[in-house]
Amino acid sequence: MKIGVIVFPGSNCDHDAFHAVTLQSGLEPVWLWHESRDLGGVDAILIPGGFSYGDYLRTGAIARFSPILASVGEFARQGGPVLGICNGFQILCESRLLPGALLPNAGSHFVCRPVRLRVENTSTPFTSAYRAGQPIMLPVAHGEGNYYCDPATLDELESQHRVVFRYVNPRGEAAPAANPNGSLANIAGIANREGNVVGMMPHPERAVELSLGSADGAPLFQSLARAAALTPAGASPAAAENGVSACR
Amino acid sequence: MPLTAEVLARHGLTPEEYQRILSTLGREPNLTELGIFAVMWSEHCSYKSSRRHLAKLPTQGPQVLQGPGENAGVVDVGEGWVCVFKIESHNHPSFIEPFQGAATGVGGILRDVFTMGARPVAIMDSLRFGALDDPRSRHLLAGVVAGIAHYGNCFGVPNLGGETGFDASYAGNPLVNAFALGLARRDALFYGKASGVGNLVMYVGAKTGRDGIHGATMASEEFSESSESKRPNVQVGDPFLEKLLLEACLEAMRSGAIIGIQDMGAAGLTSSSSEMGGRAGTGIELDLDRVPQRESGMSAYEIMLSESQERMLLVAAPGREAEIARIFAKWGLDAVVIGRVTGDGMLRVLQHGRVEAEIPNRALTDAAPRYDRPRRAPAVPAAPLDRPAGLPALDPATALLRLLASENICSRRWIYEQYDTMVRTNTLAAPGGDAGVIRIKGTRRSLAMALAGSGRYCRLDPRQGARLAVAEAARNVASTGARPLAATNCLNFGNPEKPEIMWQLVEALEGMGEACRALNTPVTGGNVSLYNETRGEAIAPTPVVGVVGLLEHEHDGVPLGPRFLAAGDTVLLLSGAPRLEPEEAGRRLGSTEYARLLGAVWGWPPALDLAGERALHLVLAEAARAGLLRSAHDCSEGGLAVALAECLLAHPVNFPAAAPLGATIALPPDELNLENWLFAETASRVVASCSAHALAPLEDLARRHSLTLLRLGQVESRPSLRLLRAGRTVFDLDWPALNQAWQQGFARAFEAVAEEAVV
Repeated sequence: MKIGVIVFPGSNCDHDAFHAVTLQSGLEPVWLWHESRDLGGVDAILIPGGFSYGDYLRTGAIARFSPILASVGEFARQGGPVLGICNGFQILCESRLLPGALLPNAGSHFVCRPVRLRVENTSTPFTSAYRAGQPIMLPVAHGEGNYYCDPATLDELESQHRVVFRYVNPRGEAAPAANPNGSLANIAGIANREGNVVGMMPHPERAVELSLGSADGAPLFQSLARAAALTPAGASPAAAENGVSACR
Repeated sequence: MPLTAEVLARHGLTPEEYQRILSTLGREPNLTELGIFAVMWSEHCSYKSSRRHLAKLPTQGPQVLQGPGENAGVVDVGEGWVCVFKIESHNHPSFIEPFQGAATGVGGILRDVFTMGARPVAIMDSLRFGALDDPRSRHLLAGVVAGIAHYGNCFGVPNLGGETGFDASYAGNPLVNAFALGLARRDALFYGKASGVGNLVMYVGAKTGRDGIHGATMASEEFSESSESKRPNVQVGDPFLEKLLLEACLEAMRSGAIIGIQDMGAAGLTSSSSEMGGRAGTGIELDLDRVPQRESGMSAYEIMLSESQERMLLVAAPGREAEIARIFAKWGLDAVVIGRVTGDGMLRVLQHGRVEAEIPNRALTDAAPRYDRPRRAPAVPAAPLDRPAGLPALDPATALLRLLASENICSRRWIYEQYDTMVRTNTLAAPGGDAGVIRIKGTRRSLAMALAGSGRYCRLDPRQGARLAVAEAARNVASTGARPLAATNCLNFGNPEKPEIMWQLVEALEGMGEACRALNTPVTGGNVSLYNETRGEAIAPTPVVGVVGLLEHEHDGVPLGPRFLAAGDTVLLLSGAPRLEPEEAGRRLGSTEYARLLGAVWGWPPALDLAGERALHLVLAEAARAGLLRSAHDCSEGGLAVALAECLLAHPVNFPAAAPLGATIALPPDELNLENWLFAETASRVVASCSAHALAPLEDLARRHSLTLLRLGQVESRPSLRLLRAGRTVFDLDWPALNQAWQQGFARAFEAVAEEAVV
């Protein structure tokens, strides 16, 4: 299964996502350059963290208009799995592929540390290898991860079980003290209605090896490999090397 | 404009230096030339006061591939990899504008590293401010931390910590020393040399504006009331642009079209062109009309002296310019030819068809003035020799809790949680332990690194203080199980024209050289920051040392951390420290954080026996390799009591905190009094823990290296720190009380800042 990792000029977790995909058997990462519209026949797309185009205006606000995002939108509408991590989540919200927005952290500082999460939804292509309600530990590293949406959208997210990850305390409760950024309802990640597009602030790609602190992100990549085993391989034979693999 | 005495003074040039310019040129300089001489002969660029004494540092070793004199030092780490690292100060800009000053400090040191062909993989910082209860110090700290976070987080390099200290002497002159380390393949290094007559000089990166003009000369003056009016001299950083520059430069380097490359840091286009020419013995001709400019009507003077950030100068083979331009265009950057390498050794600057400057490169670099400034030990010692009469000892439990909450010891989490410490997924030990550790993907190797500075000790004895700084940085690295490899230094001192300050600098350099030789950590580069004074008041002399060490794993290993891991383990004190007579021990207590808590300073810095220190490092590395130790933690600020508490509290932030443990410690009943046992900051000591079966091999190992190994007690599941002496309980402090003191010390001060900011 080919996993496309999008590279914006200011992406800085692209290598990390690429590396994490490499470690999962059954998955093969390929680079997707932001100026290209060609997805190279990938079976799933990761939008990694970073600062896409500097993000001086608003996180993800410019990335939304990039050539690659037009193709990602099309891919997502056809049911292709898309995961946005951190800046990737911000870009998916700006692109309207996911509802809501990510505001500056309630503490007004950038925050980087491991946080406790509860897996709320295991029916997405990125979470099927987790147990429902499983407590996990992943690092966050962001300045604008405070999820916000209007009350009607929140009702919809909750009633359709589209909250995928929630910040919780050691007892597994979504308490205010467990929330690193002030997110509404302790939301750390959500899915679209169809469940194929997921955005999350924590970094699963940083938690696939125990020596780095946690391996709780590994099931996310195992989920992708499992999804690959269930669906036929990508249809498009377009060359992945088309100006893409040369970028790193 | 006539070159009056006032114009010379404004450029920081002395009448003697002006005479030297006249004899070099054989004529009067024009204003542009005067500006060029002024920045290149400033203390910041020329090291004119320190250079002859820097020669006292060891800079060579089989591991060293590049010592001082290049953009950064290079050390071999095996399997075809090298690490490129350096530390540099950005003190003056950070005082004037803390956010941008610190941010551009990080930007500058990152460029120094990637200009050598290395991808930056770690940064750290050494910071000093006035007392934390001074609102101005908190304002500066908050701005500096936010600036470092802004630049490093966006660029995408993990921050592995460093150190932060507080002392009234830094109130008017904070220190911001930024360290960066990068990795490169040994056969793919680049140097700042403009070799090959006829080669092209290309300009890449941001456009040139009027920002930062004369930053280097500003960094070579004392502060006064008018310093804040120099805010326009501080540059503004753009980390996104720097990220583009990094990717474009590394890609262009891989193309083989680049012959030499250097970043435009202090003194911008002037220093990069003259230094690249100086190193290669060539000349450089620049056509300023081709320099990309952000503002119209800039004079040659302004273009040559601008310190606009995120710019690089490179030398390329003729005919390859289009290829280079194409690579930079991919990253949205301009790369334009602005000149060529010549054979006449001159820096020649053209604008509008006229020669605006023509100066021998050597006169600006190797042949710049060097001074042997007079130096004199202070007539009056900085503090009395003996403890003030009637100064009572503090109750040990009270003293420990107050030390844990004190500004120089309490948890730095508030700072390092604002930094991205894990990006690039190499971080084995994030901030929170003794040293940061990153792995080198695809190898069994990792690199440990730490910074240490010692203003408090240096004020009493700069020679001993500098030795202690080297020892502590190396010991921090060794505590992870790594073998210290090499060092970088940042020398922060006052005005070298004052003989007492010059004496401090030379004493510190001699001490540093002695320690680096003994610990086998040659200095591969660094930076000297002088004139750290405000209104004639100098900072405490503060040499900061960064040490890098190598860990070779048998398997995917986690480095040793400070925290006790298992109940039942034995608590050990590994010590290479000399035995002290009670009188000397009492005097050496006067330089500690404990003495500071008592409100007094006296005596001498802690004792240090370099042979014992070295033995400690060897034992730690061997014990770690053999898997004999479960944890190891440097015993320094606050002494043994604080170190023991930290063994229960501290952990690198990439790992979630484990369940609280406790320990019972029984101090030996020797002649050393309790105050000294608990709070002396004697060097060369590590608190470690090991399982029962490792005890005998550890004792054997220590014996072979003549290292003292004391069994102090046991790790327990009961979460408290109980300390006994001669069968009596000295204190029994429960874990939450220790943790609260340590965690809250800093956080509380900064909650106050957040409120102040709202008002």
